[in-house]
Amino acid sequence: MPISLTVNGKRHELDVEPEMPLLWVIRDELGLTGTKFGCGIAACGACTVHVDGVATRTCVTPVEVVDGAEITTIEALAASSGAGEGELSALQAAWVAKQVPQCGYCQSGMLMAVSALLAENPQPTDEDIDAAITNVCRCGTYPRIRAAIREVTSA
Amino acid sequence: MKLGKPTRRQFLIAGGAVAGGALLIGYASSGPSRRAQADAAASAGGERFVTTWLKIAPDNTVTVYVPHADMGQGTITALAMMAAEELDADWSLVRAEQAPAESAFANESLGNRFVPGDGVPPMLKGVNAAAWYQVAKFMSLQITGGSMAVRYTGQHGMRTTGAAAKEMLLKAAASRWNCSPSDCTAAMSMVTGPKGETATYGELAADAAEYSPSASPKLKSRSEYKIVGTPRPRFDIPGKVDGSAKYGIDARPEGLLYAAVRLGPVSRSTVVSYDASQVLSRRGVKKVVEFPGGVAVVADNYWRAKEAAAALDVEFDAGDKVNVSSETIFAAQAEALSRETDEDKEVGDAASVFSSAPETEGAEIVSAEYRVPYLAHACMEPMNCTVWIRDGKADVWVGVQDPLGTRARIADVTGIDFDNVTVHPMLLGGGFGRRIPLREGFFDFPSEIDFAAIIAKEVDAPVKLVYSREDDIQHDAYRPAVTSRIRAVVGPDGYPTAYENLYVYKDDPEEAPHIPYGIANQSIRYAEVPTHIPRGPWRSVAHTQHTFFSESFFDELAHRAGKDPLEYRLALLKDQPRHAAVLKLAAEKAGWGKKLPQGHYHGIAVQQSFGSIVAEVAEVSIEDGSPRIHRVVAAVDCGLVVHPDTAAQQVESGIIYGLTAALYGEISIENGAVVQTNFTDYEMLHLSECPEIEVHFVDSDAPIGGLGEPATPVVSAAVSNAIFAATGTRIRQLPFKLHDLSQVSDKFAQAAD
Ligand code: FES
Ligand code: FES
Repeated sequence: MPISLTVNGKRHELDVEPEMPLLWVIRDELGLTGTKFGCGIAACGACTVHVDGVATRTCVTPVEVVDGAEITTIEALAASSGAGEGELSALQAAWVAKQVPQCGYCQSGMLMAVSALLAENPQPTDEDIDAAITNVCRCGTYPRIRAAIREVTSA
Repeated sequence: MKLGKPTRRQFLIAGGAVAGGALLIGYASSGPSRRAQADAAASAGGERFVTTWLKIAPDNTVTVYVPHADMGQGTITALAMMAAEELDADWSLVRAEQAPAESAFANESLGNRFVPGDGVPPMLKGVNAAAWYQVAKFMSLQITGGSMAVRYTGQHGMRTTGAAAKEMLLKAAASRWNCSPSDCTAAMSMVTGPKGETATYGELAADAAEYSPSASPKLKSRSEYKIVGTPRPRFDIPGKVDGSAKYGIDARPEGLLYAAVRLGPVSRSTVVSYDASQVLSRRGVKKVVEFPGGVAVVADNYWRAKEAAAALDVEFDAGDKVNVSSETIFAAQAEALSRETDEDKEVGDAASVFSSAPETEGAEIVSAEYRVPYLAHACMEPMNCTVWIRDGKADVWVGVQDPLGTRARIADVTGIDFDNVTVHPMLLGGGFGRRIPLREGFFDFPSEIDFAAIIAKEVDAPVKLVYSREDDIQHDAYRPAVTSRIRAVVGPDGYPTAYENLYVYKDDPEEAPHIPYGIANQSIRYAEVPTHIPRGPWRSVAHTQHTFFSESFFDELAHRAGKDPLEYRLALLKDQPRHAAVLKLAAEKAGWGKKLPQGHYHGIAVQQSFGSIVAEVAEVSIEDGSPRIHRVVAAVDCGLVVHPDTAAQQVESGIIYGLTAALYGEISIENGAVVQTNFTDYEMLHLSECPEIEVHFVDSDAPIGGLGEPATPVVSAAVSNAIFAATGTRIRQLPFKLHDLSQVSDKFAQAAD
């Protein structure tokens, strides 16, 4: 039974094992490498994408669970936020303004997690941010992540 | 890791026209070679060179080729700024890239052929853009580590290259306008003549290439800087916010297959038996390959490979290594320190001060034993390496701190000629000392790079080996577990007259166990206690443990003497004005000695490493028996600050890396193997626990110091000293999570009321 997914607005019919984690479908089958592998056990958030708008850790999400879902990865974050071709979303622009990334490896997951939080809660308190953003950044960009979030929120 | 002093020998190796009228200029300096093995492996007796190249194109863009990996420290941007500054370039026209992939050693004999006067190597004349392949063959990539990119490559290479290019451009303009170069001025990538003539650098590039570059061009003084010292946006950021940045793990050569491994849990186990037929019929599985210490499954998708590898029954033999545990390792260290030790540093006559202390009026011996555990690097991007072997050639896609060393290693492992190995450097998802394939003293540490090469030899396609996080945590080259026994003879005034530190493992940097404090008699000695657990450089290397040991101990002495820990240190630092200055600045900015919120306490520590001095003040409270770190204020003397924003960012990063280890970091050994598996039991600091961090730089004209590492070691001691202030408990063993501070804190709080 093929599984059908819409990824970044493009529909795919896939013949893969139903239990294959969405992460490996995205990276190895679809070749979208912006979504990262960090831990494989939902403990770091590097693999976060939006599944029907909800931040989801794809390393533990069997692809069958998201059959028929709309998936957005970092590659289409700008477009899904309404930014024009070649433009960044306001959140990504804040990331550039605050020069957030270091090695950058965690940043796709961070941006996907933060953008989902802000879609649901546009004016989060510090406690809301602490509770929602549990992604790991080994380079320690946390202070700048908070500062960049504050660029686009007024709290 | 040996970090030698850079020698003075340095020269411009080429200037010339390439790519249709561009000026190409290169510079070499025999650089600090960290490991003789890497050199020997790849260039049989040759010397390694830090080599920098700069290209001015007819469209007036300047491209700076940086021979260092950028792991997010902003190196590439900072080095380009140093070249652009001396060149007086318009920053908006400056580009920077990691040096091209296909580097060859510019060894000594090769370098000598291109000293000024010999002009341009023929191969660089009149070549087109594709000729960067050739140019690259004369470049040497240096290892990125030891916080040395800006200190050495930038100071010795980038500035000279930029200044020499500017001199050549001025000469070209002067000849065009029939005046003297001194009548012309250069600014914003444009030369202006005495009568108001103007020409862009791009327009002058071809003419400029006719002049020989000076090996000692006039460099600017600091007061003339316009680019250096300002926060220019980093070149690498845009690709890191839209998913387009490509790391090693993202390599996708045509026809790619994926490999997952089953490694013996004990390092350097041997494979006894396995049955490949258990998995060969699984969907997508192509092959099972044995290599020393493990078995790999190759499949058409990483998950399929990983699941199949997990399903294999593999029997390993680890010999008597299974009898090794953290307890046996620490017991062996304790025993070794009780026997004869080797000299590290002796000052005065510490032995006799200690032996006469019992009879000396008012003298007392204070002693403490400290311990730190093994630590894994846990780079965010799991280890990986993609290798494609065909027609006697190897292509390698990998993000490493030493592309050349990696190339040598791949040549070694596969038996393919060094010249036939091509390394395509990819971005690194963290390095911290882990992504260096060759290690002094750990030369034989079998790594993913070796395994990938061995596996690829057996497969007729490119193969990407990816470690699971479990493989990464359990098969690292670790910051070693270390014991340190410190003693001091303290006089009636509370200050030490003699200091002794007996520790295990003499690692780099050599000075890590040494203290800045003025004590007349010192005995610093060590013992080697070999184990089978691989050791490797971990951000700031031996400073990580020694700063915790000595800065905790001096805090103990201060409290024992009833003195303020800041004042106590300052009294011992009369001959160390730079140390005193950073301590004072950190204390002032943190509000040392001022009233803090209820239940909050300060701790302070200082350390010099990699040419920089960092003092940190941590503000800590105890919540549910654990320390909560509210704020860390750092003061840094790193000489000139090239890029204030990335400099501050490296200090923030170093503090968080060190704090994570101090709070949670512990790799323990049972039955010869690493116990921890993933981020669940090798825990990471999260956003919610991250303190507010403030970074202040001392205005300093000291030589440029490193910044990638020096902030890391200080924070464990600063926090530990704050915990003591809060609870009266002296933590002598890391990590903090091993200690329940709730009981003590209640008692201490009562006593304090
Ligand atoms: S890789 Fe999915 S949460 Fe870490
Ligand atoms: S930027 Fe390196 S892990 Fe977050």
